[in-house]
Amino acid sequence: MIALLTRDLRLAVRAGGGFGLGLAFFLIVTVLVPFGVGPETGLLSRIAPGVLWIGALLACLLSLDRIFALDWEDGSLDLLATAPLPMEGIVSIKALAHWLTTGLPLVLAAPVLGVLLSLPLEGYFWVLVSLGAGTPALSVIGTFGAALTVGLKRGGLLLSLLVLPLYVPTLIFGAEVARRGAEGLAVQTPLLMLAGISAGVIALLPFASAAVLRINLR
Amino acid sequence: MNLSVTDLAVSRGGVPVLEGVSFALAPGRALVLRGPNGSGKTTLLRTIAGLQPAYAGRIEGAGERIAYAAHSDGLKAMLSVTENLRFWAQVFGTTDISAALRDFDLERLEDRLAGNLSAGQKRRLGLARMMVTGRPVWVLDEPTVSLDTASVALFAQAVRRHLEGGGAALMATHIDLGIPEAEVFDVTPFKASPRAALQDEAFL
Repeated sequence: MIALLTRDLRLAVRAGGGFGLGLAFFLIVTVLVPFGVGPETGLLSRIAPGVLWIGALLACLLSLDRIFALDWEDGSLDLLATAPLPMEGIVSIKALAHWLTTGLPLVLAAPVLGVLLSLPLEGYFWVLVSLGAGTPALSVIGTFGAALTVGLKRGGLLLSLLVLPLYVPTLIFGAEVARRGAEGLAVQTPLLMLAGISAGVIALLPFASAAVLRINLR
Repeated sequence: MNLSVTDLAVSRGGVPVLEGVSFALAPGRALVLRGPNGSGKTTLLRTIAGLQPAYAGRIEGAGERIAYAAHSDGLKAMLSVTENLRFWAQVFGTTDISAALRDFDLERLEDRLAGNLSAGQKRRLGLARMMVTGRPVWVLDEPTVSLDTASVALFAQAVRRHLEGGGAALMATHIDLGIPEAEVFDVTPFKASPRAALQDEAFL
């Protein structure tokens, strides 16, 4: 399992691995928003938590189809399936590797990009916390979508269509935590819901992902 | 422990391709599957490797004893030869990759990225993977594609050493491997009678 994680991380940072693509996309989206909305600090600071969340979500989506597609193309997915690793373990490790290479950098970059959107001072901490609690769910749900569409020609678009609706609860509660935090309100309820969603999908979805992957490998 | 297949029926895309296949493979023996293109050799091997369910019959002694090599080698272009091999060794819980590198004449290519290897060299690396799995039954699908004669000889030697060590090998191939003790099993007589799809195999 550790070997699979280190291999995936190593592949992600080597040439063509796509590490940093999501981060660059996130940067560009958040830079574009003030251009589109206009330089009104009041408006920008009000929408900043939501924009950061949507930007992070789209950036996360960008790299999802690579989770299984590359291993599928070169045949290593078949070989992994016949290896002694349980399929549930393989999909969990893949999701973890995706989070480490995409989700975590987004979480760490969000406060920096908050400056561009004049995020209120109280908001920085809660943006960090909400993305930290929410992005694991994005990676795990995305891994499920990637497992569903592996082997399909041009499955990337279908993957986005399948996964985006599943991201709705995470987005609602995540953005709510960030917004309430920025306005200085109590965040406990949405934060608990967000953490609950993350914990729930991390516990349950790997089984579903493994099941659809087994079917797709036939 | 034998690998034994009893009355096995396999299907591809819901359509039966082979039925009534029975054979046994004892340790130290090799079995070569023959049959024209499309006769179901790959499907049979995938079923034995556990990648798809059989729709009838029994497979015994497979599962965790099988090391499977498909048409594609499963190599990562951006990893070096040793990194590729070491990854598979770790996945299968072994550590020694030097014997595999030596037997498939890959020592001079150790630090080369797999993406920069020739087709035959990639194949050799893919076959070297079988040695680091440490599993007793090798299931090989067209192992000699894009290998030159010298490499085929290397491969035959590796298979023979594996058999001498108590392993077994099941191979689908069209060429003579130079392993005279290997038995030949022709799948042509087991061709399934043409029928419509039995069931939606996704729900098997």
